Amino acid sequence: MTDPTTHGAVLKDTPPAGDGPLVELRGAGKSYGNIRALHGVDLEVHAGQVTCVLGDNGAGKSTLIKIISGLHQHTEGEFLVDGTPVRFSTPREALDRGIATVYQDLATVPLMPVWRNFFLGSEMTRGPWPLRRLDIARMKETADQELRNMGIVLDDLEQPIGTLSGGQRQCVAIARAVYFGARVLILDEPTAALGVKQSGVVLKYIAAARDRGLGVIFITHNPHHAYMVGDHFSVLRLGTLELSAGRSEIGLEELTNHMAGGAELAALKHELAQVRGVDTEELPEEGDLTAPVATTPEGTS
Amino acid sequence: MSMAQQAEPAVGRPPASGPQQTDGRTARRSPALRLLARPEVGVFLGAVAVLVFFLITAPPVRDGSSMANILYQSSTIGIMALPVALLMIGGEFDLSSGVAVISSALTASMLSYQLTLNVWTGVIVALVVSLAIGAFNGWMVVKTGLPSFLVTLGTFLILQGANLAVTKMVTGNVATDDISDMDGFDQAKAIFASTFDVGGVQVKITIVWWLVFAALATWVLLRTRYGNWIFAVGGNKDSARAVGVPVRFTKISLFMLVGLGAWFVGMHNLFSFNTVQSGEGVGQELIYIAAAVIGGCLLTGGYGSAIGPVFGAFMFGMVQQGIVYAGWNPDWFKAFLGVMLLGAVLINLWVQRTATRR
Repeated sequence: MTDPTTHGAVLKDTPPAGDGPLVELRGAGKSYGNIRALHGVDLEVHAGQVTCVLGDNGAGKSTLIKIISGLHQHTEGEFLVDGTPVRFSTPREALDRGIATVYQDLATVPLMPVWRNFFLGSEMTRGPWPLRRLDIARMKETADQELRNMGIVLDDLEQPIGTLSGGQRQCVAIARAVYFGARVLILDEPTAALGVKQSGVVLKYIAAARDRGLGVIFITHNPHHAYMVGDHFSVLRLGTLELSAGRSEIGLEELTNHMAGGAELAALKHELAQVRGVDTEELPEEGDLTAPVATTPEGTS
Repeated sequence: MSMAQQAEPAVGRPPASGPQQTDGRTARRSPALRLLARPEVGVFLGAVAVLVFFLITAPPVRDGSSMANILYQSSTIGIMALPVALLMIGGEFDLSSGVAVISSALTASMLSYQLTLNVWTGVIVALVVSLAIGAFNGWMVVKTGLPSFLVTLGTFLILQGANLAVTKMVTGNVATDDISDMDGFDQAKAIFASTFDVGGVQVKITIVWWLVFAALATWVLLRTRYGNWIFAVGGNKDSARAVGVPVRFTKISLFMLVGLGAWFVGMHNLFSFNTVQSGEGVGQELIYIAAAVIGGCLLTGGYGSAIGPVFGAFMFGMVQQGIVYAGWNPDWFKAFLGVMLLGAVLINLWVQRTATRR
């Protein structure tokens, strides 16, 4: 489906033999002045696997992906792609190594048409240099086909992307990253703003990307979504790694517990009881807090 | 409920839809309404209205040579309005563009005259200086992240002062010396400021350049990657950078494009008047910006066209000359321009709201 000769983001070299990690962080960290946003994080991303990064707001998830996607540089530790240390200074360099990111704020230009957004930064062109121009017909056709593959049917690809719903824009962004032959796909809370059905579509697309041999980094704070597609789980708390476990080593209950911070909830319950005389009998017991939270609202952001 | 069941990873692609299906939620708008939603259509109607107004109230305008004169006035504004419009679509301003025209002309004139060189040397050096001013503006804006309004206001003041001071220092006068008898002058005049005959009407060559540049700018904006990048950096700079658009290159090159335009208009001024008044150009930058805004370019960037500013510049040229032909006091020109600017912006707003409403 991808034509590797037309756009810069397509990987130019074949993945290295063996099953070494595509992307690896060793003790990586980032400080902004005197604020240490991230510290001592180890992470491995393998081809054909979904690595989930979970964490509460401010846990350092965004900083982590900004390092991998080339928006920021790490200030400690090592960052390796295909086993060689790298330091990206622009997102373009990361894209050229096959690392594509779908951002929380969607990375689209609202006033531009859908098809221009789809190909932004990696436009298809034709003709020799002084007359090199956009291949508009081919771009529209390709964008339409790719979006239909994701179940998004649009009447008019000329409409500004700002007129689409959040879920549609998310899907356009993911379809774009997958189309451009990313080897590593970073998804920053792709389901956070979506309804149940659209979340399902996005999760299916994550699984489809994994089955095509991509390494996926799935950032979320919804353990249910993570456990549905994840192969490896890393939980961040206050800028450090609290948990790193494979699918076989951890169940959804334990993951939820780590995410929800079971111990903290117990302490909170105690405080509430003191402050307002809340009827603690009504609140769930500490043991219950670790149970699967069936009533967790969709998209806890 | 067993965890293993719930945890079974989802496999398979999302359902694909039929190829010809539409979502049926957007009713097709009529072609007329779709046309009205284009940024340049409102200003086109405005330009036609102003033309008709002066054709009725000022009979001399109906003459061919008057029209050539009006188009000439329009072209000197229009050539600069084009890069200014592209820069505005790219999300930035350049307040120094008016005096940069004079800086360029002064550079070419004084360098050629004082060192007795072929004027082409001066022309080339002026080009380098103009591009350097643009590059400096752009570099300052992308490097510091300051609003381009502030950065170019600084450049504007620097150039305005330097134009006067350096000219007085070198020539002892506020104007440069006449260079019309120097080597290469006729050749350069043929390119920048010649006149040719069309059916008995004297037509200035800048009109041709204006239309050629406008066609080129339209093509670049709508049909090339660079044009795509201009819309992107003006519409959402951070998104553009994240998907791999070279934001710094695009912004700096847009400022340099304004420099290129300033050089061209500067050379035209020099070779049509032979001397340059060093204090001129102040206030012109606002005329260029106004022409771009009237032409449907969004002040905040990310939206606009290159054809719109052509009509915007034509409206200005039309009013400027029309007032004279109508026999009115030309002091009213600026007041008239202001009314026109507000009127055009309001009409534009109204047309776009009506046409884009679903």
